[in-house]
Amino acid sequence: MRVPLSWLGEWVDLPDDVSLEHVHAALVKVGFEEEDVHGAVLTGPIVVGRVISAEPEPQSNGKTINWCQVDVGEPEPRGIVCGAHNFGPGDKVVVTLPGAVLPGPFPIAARKTYGHVSDGMIASARELGLSDEHEGILRLEELGLDPEVGTDAIHLLGLDDAAVEINVTPDRGYALSIRGIAREYSHSTGAAFRDPARAVSVVPGSGFEVVVDDPAPIRGRVGAPVFVTRVVRGIDATRPTPPWMASRLWLAGIRSISLPVDITNYVMLELGQPIHGYDLATLRGGITVRRAAAGETLETLDGVVRTLSPEDLLIADASGPIGLAGVMGGATTELSDTTTDVLVEAANFDPVSIARTARRHKLPSEASRRFERGVDPAVAGPAAQRVVDLLVELAGGTADPLGSVLDASTPPAPIVLAAGRAASLIGVEYTADEVRSTLELLGATVEEASAGWAVTPPSWRPDLVDDASLVEEVARITGYDRIPSLLPQAPAGGRGLTRAQTVRRRVGAALAAAGSTEVLAYPFTTAAAVDRFEPGAPTVRLVNALDPQTDRLRRSLLPGLLDVARRNLGRGLTDLALFEVGAVFRPEAGVAGTDFIPLGAQRPDAATLDALNASIPGQGLRVAALFLGDVLGKQPGAPAVPAGIADALDAAREVGLATGAPISVAQGSHPALHPGRTAELSVAGRVVGVAGELLPAIATELDLPRVVALVELDLDALVELGATEVRAQPISTMPAATQDLSLVVPVEVPAGDVLAAVVEGAGELLEHAALIDDYRGAGVPEGRRSLTFALRFRAPDRTLTAAEASEAKLAGAGRAGELFGATVRE
Amino acid sequence: MSEAITEPAVEAAVEAALAAIAAAGDAASLRTARVEHAAEGSPLARFNAAIRDLPGDQKAAAGKLVGAARARVNQALAAQEERVLAAEESARLAAEAVDVTEVPSRRRAGARHPLSLLMERMADMFIGMGWEIGEGPELEHEWFNFDALNFDEDHPARALQDTFFVDPVERHLVLRTHTSPVQIRSLLSRELPVYVAALGRTYRTDEVDVTHTPVFHQIEGIAIDRGLTMAHLRGTLEHMARELFGQEAQIRLRPNYFPFTEPSAEMDVWVTGLKGGPRWIEWGGCGMVNPNVLRSAGIDPSEYQGFAFGMGIERTLMFRDDVRDMHDIVEGDVRFSQQFGMVV
Repeated sequence: MRVPLSWLGEWVDLPDDVSLEHVHAALVKVGFEEEDVHGAVLTGPIVVGRVISAEPEPQSNGKTINWCQVDVGEPEPRGIVCGAHNFGPGDKVVVTLPGAVLPGPFPIAARKTYGHVSDGMIASARELGLSDEHEGILRLEELGLDPEVGTDAIHLLGLDDAAVEINVTPDRGYALSIRGIAREYSHSTGAAFRDPARAVSVVPGSGFEVVVDDPAPIRGRVGAPVFVTRVVRGIDATRPTPPWMASRLWLAGIRSISLPVDITNYVMLELGQPIHGYDLATLRGGITVRRAAAGETLETLDGVVRTLSPEDLLIADASGPIGLAGVMGGATTELSDTTTDVLVEAANFDPVSIARTARRHKLPSEASRRFERGVDPAVAGPAAQRVVDLLVELAGGTADPLGSVLDASTPPAPIVLAAGRAASLIGVEYTADEVRSTLELLGATVEEASAGWAVTPPSWRPDLVDDASLVEEVARITGYDRIPSLLPQAPAGGRGLTRAQTVRRRVGAALAAAGSTEVLAYPFTTAAAVDRFEPGAPTVRLVNALDPQTDRLRRSLLPGLLDVARRNLGRGLTDLALFEVGAVFRPEAGVAGTDFIPLGAQRPDAATLDALNASIPGQGLRVAALFLGDVLGKQPGAPAVPAGIADALDAAREVGLATGAPISVAQGSHPALHPGRTAELSVAGRVVGVAGELLPAIATELDLPRVVALVELDLDALVELGATEVRAQPISTMPAATQDLSLVVPVEVPAGDVLAAVVEGAGELLEHAALIDDYRGAGVPEGRRSLTFALRFRAPDRTLTAAEASEAKLAGAGRAGELFGATVRE
Repeated sequence: MSEAITEPAVEAAVEAALAAIAAAGDAASLRTARVEHAAEGSPLARFNAAIRDLPGDQKAAAGKLVGAARARVNQALAAQEERVLAAEESARLAAEAVDVTEVPSRRRAGARHPLSLLMERMADMFIGMGWEIGEGPELEHEWFNFDALNFDEDHPARALQDTFFVDPVERHLVLRTHTSPVQIRSLLSRELPVYVAALGRTYRTDEVDVTHTPVFHQIEGIAIDRGLTMAHLRGTLEHMARELFGQEAQIRLRPNYFPFTEPSAEMDVWVTGLKGGPRWIEWGGCGMVNPNVLRSAGIDPSEYQGFAFGMGIERTLMFRDDVRDMHDIVEGDVRFSQQFGMVV
């Protein structure tokens, strides 16, 4: 909402030295956030001039300039060079004379240009800060102005006025008006407020037929509780809008269109009541306010033929629909330059009905914005009167007794406010007098009731619905800065982070400590990227994705990591170790929301809550990492270490360690991974993830290097499977016996399986076992390989003999022999 | 026939041995000296062997003489050996010296994302006050995101939320527009009193630019107890501000509107130590929990009341750590996280 200061000052006392900063500060105090300022950044001399002559002079640079003589009310005309061509001799224009400063700041001086001394400048609306659009010279005739030459143009055009722009929260519809803002300024500063709604003498009209026919209102609220009409005859619609009105509209952000339309907009801005004007000559009979019939159409003022919904509230005459109530008028009854008789409509429409219609037809308008937020039902009469008065005064019309008054609005009901409520909610000991007088200042009626008050809110405050909202007003008007500061004491026995929360932190810390960099990718992805990793898998699709391509929610973190890797590669960062911890969205069949929403302000029953929760697609947490390029670059005396599946597996082990869930690795397969370099990761027999190298074909397609190592783990599963406690084993201090064991096995037997067999067979004396060599070649038959394990044996209670250790070793070899045909290589 | 064991002869052998030992500058020549002067077949060894052939009355004197001589030689050997080993060790150490500024690294440097670190820091602060950390899904049912929080289905505030809707919209799933659904989830699932903070991802249909991102993070707090007032809200926010921005930080509340709080306030924080000097910074929204929100969780608002607040983590990081451009936070360029390492 933009508030021109001159307009504000008409209805509330402003200090003589009022500034935009002052008004902003006063309004911020009562809850209107500062958005912007408009206008008032230029200084004179800026005067009205009349162009005597304009001689075009072609220039060597291809431009043609006009060398003009302009009468600015001085004994001699001034010579001015002007590059624009939309004006000519006789036109009255705005001349900025040397010494003036235009917005920019752009100081004006007499200067030599194109072979002349240009003694000032002929200004455009844009240069004057009046408009962003018009590039040409401002001809005052366009504004309907014919002032004396030499008149101060700053005052004439209202350029000495300025506006503050504030943000009005959606609960305070009344503040979308000068009336509401003036009242709030008064609350903030104590300055005297004059209600513009009381500055008119309302003369009700009668005899015009208005019917509200709404047998099926939305949510039980009748579509048009108030409908006031008035008639003005004999106007001259072509008269220019007076500059003071045009300037205020301009500052308020509304373009001047024609005098009658400008008047309706002016009154809307001043009183907050949207007004619609009809050309009475085009109306057929009386007006009916009704819901649209299914399939009914209406051509709105913007020239669009709209197909209506049975929920749309219509204004109709005998010819059919003539307007979308409270949203936009129709083309057939539009005010035009030939209009002489006007029917003025000031109605109050149901906020819900208007909001739905505006949304349905994507037609947010100044009117719908106000109706959605609630318009004072009591201001319709004064607003209609104000329009009538202005049409009479400015457009030469005559007020006609024809009109109508329909008012079925419900007066606000009193709210009980207990005496101590404000203090107990805010923590400030307000006096009874403070509470009462603050509410009265707002326009509420306050009556003593048992142990408190019965407070009837004013008609313009439909947002005041309960005692909390009244308390907010008391706190707001008396100032939030009175609220003291107290640290509340949470009950003793805080439980700290949950295990899952702690484990997640550990995972992030472990991966970062191991050398990976955390990223947080957007979870939006394409259907193609999902298909690449999980062909045909169901996804959650957004209806209003920012980019229609990426309208799916990720099922895996890996596609996002690939995108991030590409971005880094594009920036010349060729060695990457990335990880992310985040949610994935994996809808199961039949889990896709509900076809109902329970009401708010009451707890749904347990079954309903269960149904809501069960309808939300699964969103597990995962952890994933990506490695490409070199994990260690070349260094003096140390070759580069290229990234590969080893890094992915290490990351998996780090996560396993952090979660207390040691990861087992087995040969695996995945549609997006290298068929020979994919590992299935599991914990206690349950698959928890995958690691491997990206299929080179996909890497090529994505402009990635051939080797991209990836790993992804189900973090929720790891939290679930991870150890929550450890039973410590006694540490034996007896000497260890170490022996190596070489086993010859068929090459296709996984080394991990052989190791597991050795461990199993060697029994309890085996303390540690590690694979240290994989040999194929001379001495080992074709199709077989020799795996060497370093074994460490120890007994808890005695020094092992070499024979005991050998016996255990051979038992391990024997188990591997049974399972895989392993033979000991001497 | 061996040489007679005379004092001059023994002394001569000792002199010869000591001279050879002293001359041995390295392990090899010392070994030679040992072989020639102390080992089997050396003169002193021969004297020693000859003692048993002496008449009985001479044995003791000869034994004493030869024993003392061998002891002197062995002592000299040991001492010289120590010197030689020390010299060799220092030569080896000198040879092993490296330029420590070019020793190859065997680990990469990793980094956490500063948003994660900041969220952990904030969570710790509330854990320290005895609060709990609540959680909820990012893909939410509209009831939790709006209706339960007193957003009427037709209220303009609901349309202002720039919500991502899931296909089909009639099934009422959205990406949560704030962490506030965790408020209602916490109230539904916990015994009163409730003191819960929630941190996590939220979504709005804003194109990414210098200060906006469609995917962002919030911290939310809700406290419901008997007798909580707006003063407790201010106290909690002030505590948080001081922990994050230093002891000079202050909180200013300005009236505002949110459907889920009444009264509602916009909070500004006074932060010193910013580039460009101390100033008020808009930090988030807060207020006393609207009675309708309590009713949505089945709580009697005449018995319990409390406050709630929420702020953006990205925004906090931006002004606290002087991040100028949202793109840096969201794009995943490793250089961004690596500036922070593990520190926020």
